[in-house]
Amino acid sequence: MDHAILKVTTKILFAPIILFALYVQFHGDYGPGGGFQAGVIFAVAFILHAFCFGLEATKKALPQKALIIAMVIGLLFYAGTGVATMLLGANLLGYDAIDPESTHHAGQHYGILLVEWGVGVTVASTMLTIFYHFTGRERDIDQEDW
Amino acid sequence: MNFAEQLPVLPVITPLILAPVTLLLPQGRAPHLFATFVSWLTFAACAFLLAAVSDVGVISYHLGDWAPPLGIEYRIDLANALVLMLVSGIAAVVFPFAYASVRLEIDERQSTFFYCAMLICMTGLLGVTITGDAFNVFVFLEISSLSTYALIAMGARRDRRALTAAFNYLVMGTIGATFFVIGIGLLYQATGTLNMADLHDKLAGNSSRVVGAGFAFIVVGVGLKLAMFPLHLWLPNAYAHAPSAVSAFIAATATKVAVYVLIRFFYSVFGFDFAFEAAAFTWVLLPLGLAGMFVASFVALFQEDVKRMLAYSSVAQIGYMLLGLSFATVEGLTATLVHVFNHALMKGALFMAVACVVFRAGSHSIDAFAGLSKRMPVTTWAFILSGLSLIGVPLTVGFVSKWYLLEAAFAAGHWYAGFLIVASSLIAVLYIGRIAEVMLLREPHEEGRYAIPAKDAPLSMLIPMWVLVGANIYFGVRTGLTVDIATRAAEALMLTAGGAP
Repeated sequence: MDHAILKVTTKILFAPIILFALYVQFHGDYGPGGGFQAGVIFAVAFILHAFCFGLEATKKALPQKALIIAMVIGLLFYAGTGVATMLLGANLLGYDAIDPESTHHAGQHYGILLVEWGVGVTVASTMLTIFYHFTGRERDIDQEDW
Repeated sequence: MNFAEQLPVLPVITPLILAPVTLLLPQGRAPHLFATFVSWLTFAACAFLLAAVSDVGVISYHLGDWAPPLGIEYRIDLANALVLMLVSGIAAVVFPFAYASVRLEIDERQSTFFYCAMLICMTGLLGVTITGDAFNVFVFLEISSLSTYALIAMGARRDRRALTAAFNYLVMGTIGATFFVIGIGLLYQATGTLNMADLHDKLAGNSSRVVGAGFAFIVVGVGLKLAMFPLHLWLPNAYAHAPSAVSAFIAATATKVAVYVLIRFFYSVFGFDFAFEAAAFTWVLLPLGLAGMFVASFVALFQEDVKRMLAYSSVAQIGYMLLGLSFATVEGLTATLVHVFNHALMKGALFMAVACVVFRAGSHSIDAFAGLSKRMPVTTWAFILSGLSLIGVPLTVGFVSKWYLLEAAFAAGHWYAGFLIVASSLIAVLYIGRIAEVMLLREPHEEGRYAIPAKDAPLSMLIPMWVLVGANIYFGVRTGLTVDIATRAAEALMLTAGGAP
């Protein structure tokens, strides 16, 4: 089946969805939003792509292996921020250490931005991994493969 | 970075940060070596922490430099330092042990995920223990439980029943966690705080229905997690069908950490001012502890599967811990803490011995143990020595905990409980004796399914197992080490709870 309208609409929507995800991501420290929501919206763009073009096409664009690496990188980004603040002399995730000179706690602002970026990357890749596994399931696994 | 100042957070973030890195390693030996290295690092951090706590007393660490009660606080006293040592110590022994066993039982392609899940499970258990924030306990409890469900399900390669066992545990564990978080929610509603020390202050004198309901929810929720006698139904199948190394790790740590959480809530969050706490001791923990000791031991007696037998024995041993707790005295609490530590040593060693048998015989049914002393003598004697420890023979850790438990029972005026402790130990003699008889006196199978070559498990399994067996004897002879820490921890807890010292 070839739905031209759906395919064209998806192609038009794809970029704005990702743009919106980035907006939610970077808006998260001042208003509603943040890494979790942004990660899900980001993943939605690819899920929509999979709905219209098939899972195989999406997997070609964003392979499972890359997702696992993204998951790890996101988590390490978060934890790395925490360790960085420790190395700068504060406690774990003590963001003030990032910009100790600031009079209005700018360090808190940078810190949460960095951490949320890690959250966003991990959530997006985890959402997609779950989606890949649920939709990619074809039949029961053979007894031999366990 | 000031190492001493940052020490309290290291036991949690070391495995947490390094766990995902295992996913990036190539399959094969690398994930195992890396995970073992991480577990040793964590163990070292916990050892430094115990030494520090023992010197300076309670250590408080403020995450993100947010002062408690608003921020999350890690609060380490002797009680949780002891449990931290226990969890990280068992991990440091089980991780090197796991390689051969896991390679046999788990698909090579899953090995990176396996070690990652093991490290995350360990993170969760350590986090539950270290934190001084009630909601943080829930978060870490879920981290450890979720990874445990996955680890148990990985046993499905050998036996598909691992999937139903894991699913059962998932359902029961989730109900437990839900009850626990409802309880925390009710306490939050009543006090507006989640920090344990602050909860203790604000709850004082407030024995409203909301607080009472919160207490009940927490007891039932944690009761499910620690397999309190009638809530233990998930445990035998989960332990029996999990991969052998996982059984050894979670049997030695997961329920012990849940017992610790119960102690923490009974003594540090609530206290003896609450009438419902005394009622819970007399009408819930005491009878259920006693019932668990007997019913579970009896069921263990008739198991055809050695892992299931040990799992039921664990339920019985948790009965001892609840019993010690229910006396509400320093002696009782000391006995419980000592038994938490000692039981982990013996159950860890026993499950590791079974893992060695599974490695060679491919089964944990009692038939596979026939004549084992002629086939795998080193494993057989490890099993028998730790079995003696489970029974409570002098010069082993089991004797130490039973001794303190008996003393506590008589001191608290529950003399009948003292006799029941001895009586239920006799059942342990029977079920361990049954296996010992099969191993020592039966002739090994010459042919058929259970015929095994006269070859012991590889050294990579034997050495960690004997380290744990050695610990069973070492801490059984040098009783001062654990008992001293446990007594001081119990006195401090009792002081917070407002009971007689």
